[in-house]
Amino acid sequence: MREGKREKIMDFTFSEDQLLFQESVHDFLVNEVTPEKIRELWESETGRSPELWAQLAEMGLTGITVPEDFGGLGMQMLDFVLLAQECGYVALPAPLVHTAMVAVPLIVNSKSDSLQQTWLPKIAAGEAVIMVGLEQNVFVEDAHIADLLILEKAGALYSVDPQAATLRANESVDLSRKLFVVEFDEAKAEKIAEGDTAQTLIEAARNGGALGVAAEALGLAQRMVDISVQYTGERKQFGVAIGTFQAVKHHMANIAYRLEYAKAPAARAAYAIDNGQDNISMAVSHVKLAACEAANLAAKNCIQVHGAMGYTWEVDLHIYMKRAWAYANTWGDAAFHKQRVAEYVLADGAKLGAGNTF
Amino acid sequence: MNLTFTKEHEAFRQEVREWLAANVPSEPLKTFDTEEGFQQHREWEKKLYEGRWGMITWPEEMGGRGADLIQWLIFEEEYYAARAPLRVNQNGIFLLGPTLMEYGTEEQKKKFLTGMATGEDIWCQGWSEPNAGSDMAAIRSKAELSDDGSHYVINGQKTWSTRAVWADWCFGMFRTDPESQRHHGLTFILVPLDLEGITVRPIPQLDGLPGFAEIFFDNVKVPAEYRLGGEGEGWKVAMATAGFERGLMLRSPARFQETAKRLVNLYKENQASADRDPAIREAVLRAYMDAEAYTLTTYQTACRLIKGGKIGAEASTNKIFWSELDQQMHATALSILGARAELQAHAPDAEGVGTWLDGWMFAQSGPIYAGTNEIQRNIIAERMLGMPRK
Repeated sequence: MREGKREKIMDFTFSEDQLLFQESVHDFLVNEVTPEKIRELWESETGRSPELWAQLAEMGLTGITVPEDFGGLGMQMLDFVLLAQECGYVALPAPLVHTAMVAVPLIVNSKSDSLQQTWLPKIAAGEAVIMVGLEQNVFVEDAHIADLLILEKAGALYSVDPQAATLRANESVDLSRKLFVVEFDEAKAEKIAEGDTAQTLIEAARNGGALGVAAEALGLAQRMVDISVQYTGERKQFGVAIGTFQAVKHHMANIAYRLEYAKAPAARAAYAIDNGQDNISMAVSHVKLAACEAANLAAKNCIQVHGAMGYTWEVDLHIYMKRAWAYANTWGDAAFHKQRVAEYVLADGAKLGAGNTF
Repeated sequence: MNLTFTKEHEAFRQEVREWLAANVPSEPLKTFDTEEGFQQHREWEKKLYEGRWGMITWPEEMGGRGADLIQWLIFEEEYYAARAPLRVNQNGIFLLGPTLMEYGTEEQKKKFLTGMATGEDIWCQGWSEPNAGSDMAAIRSKAELSDDGSHYVINGQKTWSTRAVWADWCFGMFRTDPESQRHHGLTFILVPLDLEGITVRPIPQLDGLPGFAEIFFDNVKVPAEYRLGGEGEGWKVAMATAGFERGLMLRSPARFQETAKRLVNLYKENQASADRDPAIREAVLRAYMDAEAYTLTTYQTACRLIKGGKIGAEASTNKIFWSELDQQMHATALSILGARAELQAHAPDAEGVGTWLDGWMFAQSGPIYAGTNEIQRNIIAERMLGMPRK
């Protein structure tokens, strides 16, 4: 009606649709991806559940960032960033965040018709998993279940058939993370980009990956807080619930306020990527540092309020704690991200101070 | 989501910027913890009022501009970037003003709002007592309604009352029901500080200046029409005031963004010596990121409120966040200044130390005032996370 005429007012909130989607994904994941299910998968050969992947595909999640022309939902980082938090909340043992924020955007941006036509419809349908391996990460996640690998080597990007590569599994502290050193012969692989084109794709993949784990870290921190609030409300010592003690409350509050102030930076980073802003690397590195710090503080304080129970295999806390530890140093360690923030902040003519955030 | 300002908002920013450029005193005012500085700041408030820049979020008929929260944040950004004077009447316009609009009678609004807006009436707060600090419900100062209902007789003592030394009015909470316990039986009363029986005793702060004071009440007769809200409703009214205080109005992000910017510049000017300690560079980057996080989160809250949302218990996180950030930034600046960090600005060899030491001292109060950070942590744990009270 009058919408077209009126200029859109600044709005830093998520839409009703985005929030409803988050809620339904939350409900689905909490019901399906229980701690019991995760422990079951630890015992399985691949550690992955094709049934779960099929369910995610059915909800449209594997194709959420796949353009509609290729059978996806055609959504953006801002649409997925809340869902990535939910993936973190359950410590999802499946490469959904990687698919939506790294693999699909890379293929879309590669401008390679054959890659797009061959793989995007299959990803959306849940029939193919494509994993991206950057030199920054040393290891390629989920290479063992991938139908195609896109690998960085000496400044170029190659598409590699996993059957033609050598995979060496490396166990992570988090048994849900499947990490591989991948060796391949670039002479036999298809080079999909080199030079500046490759660098642009690699940079975008780094940002998508870092934002993805940052968003997951927010969910992990929230989960650890929820588990600990419940535990300390039930566990009694000196005749009362230990959650009544101020020392215990303050452990939890200290997580909560750091976590609270890492959420808006996640939304801003997603917005920056979607809109091609010139502060993407700073915005992504900011939230990667802030979210991983919050998640690691959550891990530290939550094991503490559990007492000896927190140090056991039996209590579920470690499922989320170990993932948080892993995320702190992957998709760019703290040194990498601090350096990128420094490049923005310390640059001559940097836009700092009041009025320069947007 | 749309993170761009509208043309109207950009035009508003330009208007604020131009007015401030033409009107902000070229020489910084003396601190309002001195009598001369207090009067200078009072005059500055009058100037703001005359330009209708004093309290832009107030409705137009009360001298404001009916500004939305985005405009408020823009105004503050320009205000701090222009290094305009601190607000000597912030207790009035930011805390009591909104409370009056919610709970005041028409007569009260007419009587008090203009005075606080022009700077003619500077307000101080009367909450804390010697035995009621973090435990505010332990208030004992009494207000007894006279038999004919025309006035209250107040006896007792308030303390830590910022700017009370030269203020004109005090708002605070008094026990009107002598049988009552805790947060029942308290009443919110507005008290002129020139009444007979009132003694204001300055308390020198860390910097030696009388920035706050004790207020003694000895059979002070206050007209009953100066009660704000109903008798015994003081706690409810005070919670509204405390909500404003902790919320958006008091500590807008611009202040911390400007400090972070000055810190980055200080670091760059002294980088050779500062980089001998890698922790300094890290702290500078953290200051920038945290100021940015505070800004982003505040804008997000403002947008949610504009769309009809409410501030929840998560608002208690902001007090801890900005007060710790302020301490951290000033501590970093002192580390960069090295041996000169301890010098007062007027010392002969203090060139380049700026106002960091004063800022550092003031930053010590942040985690204490407006509800200590320990109380805030309790609130976060109990109301935001749902941990058990007992």
